[in-house]
Amino acid sequence: MPTVHFSSGSGCQAFTGGQSEVEVEATTFRRLVLELEQRFPGLGKQVEEGMAVAIDGEIFQDAYHAELKAGSEIYLIPKIAGG
Amino acid sequence: MNYVASDLKVVGTRPVRPDGVDKVTGRAVFAADTRAAGMLWGKIKRSPHAHARILSIDTSKAAALPGVKAVVTAADFPDIPSEEAFVGEGPMNFRDLALNVMARSKALYEGHAIAAVAATTQEIADRALELIDVQYEVLPFVIDVEAAMAPDAPILHDDLFTAGVNPKAEKPSNIAKVVTFKKGDVEAGFKDAEVVVEGRYTTQPVHQAYIEPHACLASYQPDGQVSIHASSQGHFMVRAYTAKLLGMDMANIRVNPAEIGGGFGGKTLIYLEPVAVALSKKAGRPVKIQMTREEVFRGSGPTSGATVEVKIGAKKDGTIVAAQQVLKYQAGAFPGSPIGPGCMCGFAMYDLPNVDVVGYDVVSNRPKVAAYRAPGAPITSFAVESAIDDLARKLGMDPLTLREKNAAKNGTKTHYGPVHQNIGFTAVLDAVKAHPHWKTPVKDGQGRGLAVGFWFNIGGESTATVHVNEDGSVTVATGSPDIGGSRASMGMMVAEVLGIDVARVKATVADTASIGFTHLTGGSRVTFATGMAATQAAEKVVDDLKKRAAATWEIPVEAVEWKDGKAYPAGSNAGAFEPLDLAALALKAARTGGPIVAEVSVNAQGAGAGFGAHICDVSVDKETGHVTIERYTAVQDVGRAIHPSYVEGQIQGGAAQGIGWALNEEYIYNAKGQMENPGFLDYRVPVASDVPMIEAVLVEVPNPRHPFGVRGVGEVPIVPPMAAIGNAIKSATGVRMPDLPMSPPKVRAALDAAG
Repeated sequence: MPTVHFSSGSGCQAFTGGQSEVEVEATTFRRLVLELEQRFPGLGKQVEEGMAVAIDGEIFQDAYHAELKAGSEIYLIPKIAGG
Repeated sequence: MNYVASDLKVVGTRPVRPDGVDKVTGRAVFAADTRAAGMLWGKIKRSPHAHARILSIDTSKAAALPGVKAVVTAADFPDIPSEEAFVGEGPMNFRDLALNVMARSKALYEGHAIAAVAATTQEIADRALELIDVQYEVLPFVIDVEAAMAPDAPILHDDLFTAGVNPKAEKPSNIAKVVTFKKGDVEAGFKDAEVVVEGRYTTQPVHQAYIEPHACLASYQPDGQVSIHASSQGHFMVRAYTAKLLGMDMANIRVNPAEIGGGFGGKTLIYLEPVAVALSKKAGRPVKIQMTREEVFRGSGPTSGATVEVKIGAKKDGTIVAAQQVLKYQAGAFPGSPIGPGCMCGFAMYDLPNVDVVGYDVVSNRPKVAAYRAPGAPITSFAVESAIDDLARKLGMDPLTLREKNAAKNGTKTHYGPVHQNIGFTAVLDAVKAHPHWKTPVKDGQGRGLAVGFWFNIGGESTATVHVNEDGSVTVATGSPDIGGSRASMGMMVAEVLGIDVARVKATVADTASIGFTHLTGGSRVTFATGMAATQAAEKVVDDLKKRAAATWEIPVEAVEWKDGKAYPAGSNAGAFEPLDLAALALKAARTGGPIVAEVSVNAQGAGAGFGAHICDVSVDKETGHVTIERYTAVQDVGRAIHPSYVEGQIQGGAAQGIGWALNEEYIYNAKGQMENPGFLDYRVPVASDVPMIEAVLVEVPNPRHPFGVRGVGEVPIVPPMAAIGNAIKSATGVRMPDLPMSPPKVRAALDAAG
């Protein structure tokens, strides 16, 4: 199963009670958001509205369909903008 | 399709820039050039106090002044609740945005908008502002970031509680947020270290200093439709924010993008547009507002000033084993400094086993910060790259060799989680090593500094439409304001795909009612993301042209190939037909299916990260403390340069702005918390005579996620300059300058202190 890491800088651990990683059954980023919301109420919304996701190293912003594989390593980080 | 390995005919060349003639002849239309029949002039009354409660606002005398047609205060705008949304450039709290556009109960910085008028002349509007009577209760204020963090500091917002702390904050604080990033075991790393360097660095808020001040012209029609001409980095952003702040439907607002005279991140949010619309609605006439330079400084966002503590430990062979940072970033009057990227960027250039970074987002009584090229990264990198230089000296190691030894590569896991992929940092360092500047001995009396930098780059949502006109010329329309030459790059990519001369392609920026949503121009995203949309739209046009040729020849479309701007039968079996070029197919478009048009919208992912390295030689006048930049070389992985001249211009511009940040730029406040240098005479940006010819070296490690290999290029070049210059000063004088700007008085004082 994919593993989601909540880096301490992401603000996600406030929702997970300090838990820094969880395994999820999701196969897409959208499914991941739904599962996180179900397990940690408020976290899915936080992830959806304010976070970018790095899946196996690549950073995605706003991509519901991004695919998660068994063994995928997922990091949630602040969304990145620019100047 | 991927064209990286193709024999490109247009991409990589240097055609004459399409916006050049209009700009050098003064014909380009900027927002301040716009006019409308019956237009009124809007002006904004601003707070003279750094922090004050607004007790009352009496506008009656101003409203009664002949020629005044409307007066507005916060009472004329919806009271927006706190709501975070990611619409523009970074998370935006709409209540904060509304309160920044027009203060409601408190003025939070000198220059905060309090009221506005619209009058028939600018002079009448100015007189009306003087007649607005505002009663304030002046409050204690705080300017400095660490003073704002102190337990007894004046509190700006009674409802601001520090996020990201455990246990949950129970008292209001100026610290809006604490963020931490950890990798490995930093304490164990430092125990393992044989050499440790530490430093405390400060940077000043610096303004983006775009030449064109903010300006807009708004017209509210009796049927509720609004037209806005505005200078911005994103007209869809202007539409969204204006609609939100006024409680309007976006469909009722049409924003026309004007030419833009610089933004650099500072035009990724709004200040004037809702005010101009509110005044126009009240007056029943179009209203134009344009800031003075003084208003730009007092009322719009610079980037953060900061305090950064850094500690790095290494083995004697130069292997870095531990790295630690504490960053305190000023957010201005409302939360939202670039502390997140600041925490992520400082060490992103290196492969480090143990990292601990803590960042604080801190409000104080200064204008709300706005994005500025690679937001947050130059600040953190000034500290880290200065410390790396100190580490090289302590180790007795060449600073390039030390960086090579610890450089991030493909597969390096960053301290914030993701793994670097398809990066060209080692290629950049190789180019530095091979460059004549690096190989030339430092001249007597001068010092040389090296520093490197990183920026993520982004993609995102973009729309592009490609039209083949009746004569075979081509128009490409996008929703991306052209700040750094995107009309040229769009035209070139489309010409490349179509196989035609770029002179036959005209690129334009379409208004919000004429093209699909496009995220603003920022984050070095446009040539990557909007370029992807334009390329795909051109490919759809080629597919369509092949179908039309096939129908004309009555052969299967698979038997048609497109090459050099013409349709050919694919081999002798397909038949013996004369090629059909774009003009011939366009001429017959009505008979083969109608207009030849394709529109593509994308949400581009896979923006390739950017890395750069700057080499700087300086001389220091020990009598005056003046630093002269003698030679400057900026090396950067650009993926693939579509139009190399524009890419070089981006790199040169970023480096020049970094030179200003390093040597001169700062806000000077008096004892009342008022800015004392709100103009280019006293806020000193570099001029041509301050900088040598900056040599831009383009390293091309193609980004495989873009059809032409593009990476963003506009952010990275502002990241290394401050440390490169500081390291050069250290080399020239033996003195480390930890506080920006490294202006003559500070350099002279540091030299004196060092004896």
